[in-house]
Amino acid sequence: MNSQPLLLATPSGDVLKLRPEGPWTAANVSALETLSRSVGADVDRFRAVTLDMSGVSALDTLGAWVLEKLSRRAASSGRSAEFVGVADHFSGLLDEVRQVNRHTPAPTAAPNPISLRLYDLGKATVGAREDITIFLQMLGALFMAVIGVLRHPRSLRLTSLVYQLYRIGWQAIPIVALITFLIGAIIAQQGFFHFRRFGAESYTVDMVGILVLRELGVLIVAIMVAGRSGSAYTAELGSMKMREEIDALSTMGLDPVHVLILPRVAALVIALPILAFIGSIAALYGGGLVAQFYGDMGPAIYIARLHEAISVTHFEVGILKAPFMALVIGIVACSEGLRVKGSAESLGRQTTTSVVKSIFLVIVLDGLFAIFFASIGM
Amino acid sequence: MDQSQDLCAIRVRDLVVGFGPQTVLDHLSLDVRRGEILGLVGASGGGKSVLMRTIIGLIPRRSGTIEVMGHPVGDRTQDAATTWGILFQQGALFSSLTVRQNVQFPLRENLVLSQELMDEIAIAKLEMVGLRPQDADKYPAELSGGMTKRVALARALALDPPILFLDEPTSGLDPIAAGDFDALIKTLQKTLGLTVFMVTHDLASLTTVCDRVAALADGKIVAIGPMRELLQSEHPWVRAYFHGKRSQMLQHEMR
Repeated sequence: MNSQPLLLATPSGDVLKLRPEGPWTAANVSALETLSRSVGADVDRFRAVTLDMSGVSALDTLGAWVLEKLSRRAASSGRSAEFVGVADHFSGLLDEVRQVNRHTPAPTAAPNPISLRLYDLGKATVGAREDITIFLQMLGALFMAVIGVLRHPRSLRLTSLVYQLYRIGWQAIPIVALITFLIGAIIAQQGFFHFRRFGAESYTVDMVGILVLRELGVLIVAIMVAGRSGSAYTAELGSMKMREEIDALSTMGLDPVHVLILPRVAALVIALPILAFIGSIAALYGGGLVAQFYGDMGPAIYIARLHEAISVTHFEVGILKAPFMALVIGIVACSEGLRVKGSAESLGRQTTTSVVKSIFLVIVLDGLFAIFFASIGM
Repeated sequence: MDQSQDLCAIRVRDLVVGFGPQTVLDHLSLDVRRGEILGLVGASGGGKSVLMRTIIGLIPRRSGTIEVMGHPVGDRTQDAATTWGILFQQGALFSSLTVRQNVQFPLRENLVLSQELMDEIAIAKLEMVGLRPQDADKYPAELSGGMTKRVALARALALDPPILFLDEPTSGLDPIAAGDFDALIKTLQKTLGLTVFMVTHDLASLTTVCDRVAALADGKIVAIGPMRELLQSEHPWVRAYFHGKRSQMLQHEMR
């Protein structure tokens, strides 16, 4: 027996005799392709082709298909092709292969690139409208759920709320405090370094205080929470959606918004101002440490400067924004979670979308608040 | 000895598998003959899937030997794709690839062949398992349960492996689809000369397609043979399995 497949072509009059030999199996596929290509031109020249299968030692679907393709090529345009000497245990496979690939689906015409662009643009526009609709729907559903809870306070899922508070509030404290501490320290260091040139070092404290309390404290914390907890919400609700848990809840007469989403969003709304406060304090502390070790400004002076520089208004401006940012993060995370379809890929995509969208919206919201507070003189 | 080894596609001897303090398979021995369809039955959680996953190397064994096609199974699984095809219970299709790409995946990874041939082979396999070429560009998420199983079967068969492992192939299918699937496995087994190792609870598949049935209880194979012999078995668990209320109707037909 040959260990390599062969294809012997012997012309006799009008008929081309093809004699495949050896193992015609997937393992030798490159040899098979070369062999069948090499006789391709000959096959076209003869009126009839016989395939003598008696020399084939092993055959699988792939080999059978390559032979069948040759015979189809030979049989086209009124000529004839036949298999002879087919061993019993190969005939079933050859018969099977003869049935397949008969209906080649019409190739779809390549779409016009301009219309494709227009299609994408239109789709994105409709998608944006849908996003806004979904956001507003979720806001409305949450509002209704809150009203429901106000009317029947016992219907609040207290256990769930406390558990979510623990997860996204308590457990987030170390990392939030660490990062805001570092950011406060970095801002202070930059302030001392650059302000020193024109002798305005003491204004560093004003900068750190105002920047941290008004903007950075809450913004950094909101972005971190969006990345840490928003993504978790989306993944959780998404996998619940995938495993039909949410459908199961609805069929038991429970509202998923009430049971799953309200405790999560409420926990965010409660936890984010607290985290923002802790973050701001950590940042001020970081700034104070830099002031002492890098700016040669003792703690007493730092605190006194801070006292002069900032008022409670700055603190209010920062902390007032936190619940709204939490609401946006919560709504985006939960509604993206509910948009997960069946596949794991869709879960990943929706989680990414959730984080990107909530960070974007948090920053936009921050900008709107800045305009608002400026216009009312806070 | 040589003769018997030649006839065995899978040979399991004294296999022990366990997790932590729990022993799931306890000195289990099993032979699967070449070209047969062997059905494996056992209680839920009784180690059927564990046995299958141990043979294909997904679960480490504590002791014992496993030979597949005369070669001992080591820890390496590099030639696995050409030795066996596996139909996982949930299909385990790659969700980011289309049906066509799923079927082509083993071809692409193991062989060097032209895209044209690969497309033709993929469509051929899909048609062999009873799908239409139009379904080739769908994603797994768009498929029904029955179609998912068929695509998974097409992928398992992509390289024409000599051994096919099926983990509950008909679970979750309606009786008509399950019957079609059984017939399909029988046809493919005949045309391709496959050895099929099938974990199943489906009594109808056991009676119609399986050449032999093995019963797994208490970590051992307690009975093995054609369905008719198993029905006569005196082992209490086997009796309970085949002579329970649900099995009685089928029993009736067998007589």
